[in-house]
Amino acid sequence: MIFARVASDVIDPAEVLARVGSDRDGATLLFLGVVRDHADDRPVSGMCYDAYQEMAGDVLRTIAEEAAERLGTDRIAVVHRFGELAIGDVSVAIAVSSPHRGEAYEASRYVIEEIKERLPVWKKEHYVDGDSEWVEGTVPPGTAAGAASGAESRVSSAAVGPRSDKA
Amino acid sequence: MSVPVRTLFFAAYRDRLGLSELTVELDQGATVADLVSELRGRGSPFDILPEQPAVAVNRTYAMMAEPLGAGDEVAFIPPVAGG
Repeated sequence: MIFARVASDVIDPAEVLARVGSDRDGATLLFLGVVRDHADDRPVSGMCYDAYQEMAGDVLRTIAEEAAERLGTDRIAVVHRFGELAIGDVSVAIAVSSPHRGEAYEASRYVIEEIKERLPVWKKEHYVDGDSEWVEGTVPPGTAAGAASGAESRVSSAAVGPRSDKA
Repeated sequence: MSVPVRTLFFAAYRDRLGLSELTVELDQGATVADLVSELRGRGSPFDILPEQPAVAVNRTYAMMAEPLGAGDEVAFIPPVAGG
């Protein structure tokens, strides 16, 4: 079952992980995106995530559905958080399970890469020196700005197909 | 007859405009392009919006030619940075 959510609640990785897995799955994978204490060489004290919550929930579900369709497993759970986060806090959790490891790794990778391409979420870094800045982002495809910057072609190159080395 | 459209601003756009939401009255048959020129035509601070911005109409990414109707929700989407 696909589960996708964008919310301000603290993410419990165990709860996300518990949403996937079945008797036919031999691989279960959990990816966590975590707030780190630096940006390049600049010390970071925390991060504020902004989200177009109503749209982001739909986009996140669509991304998970695409991953399921491409990779043949519908055991995908993804949660993205917004609001003020501290160093070490989990900003995104992706759990996937599949019969074999290849599909799980690819589905997990697909979900995080597509989040970065088109989920309407933004983050502002708070630096130890007291300054704050919005992190430079990616122009989403399917928009005038995206067409101008060639985002359409980036999306197709990022697309993950079924494994060709399955045999 | 004018068409009211609800516009939303996020992240850097919201900070720089100093507002998160605005209702704009457009002419019947207006498109996203018309909304963008109406806003940019107001001058500062709205001229910080790009001429070809990323937008979502009713929560779906849309191009400049997308037609707008009464009550539509148009969000100006700065480059995204989730994860």
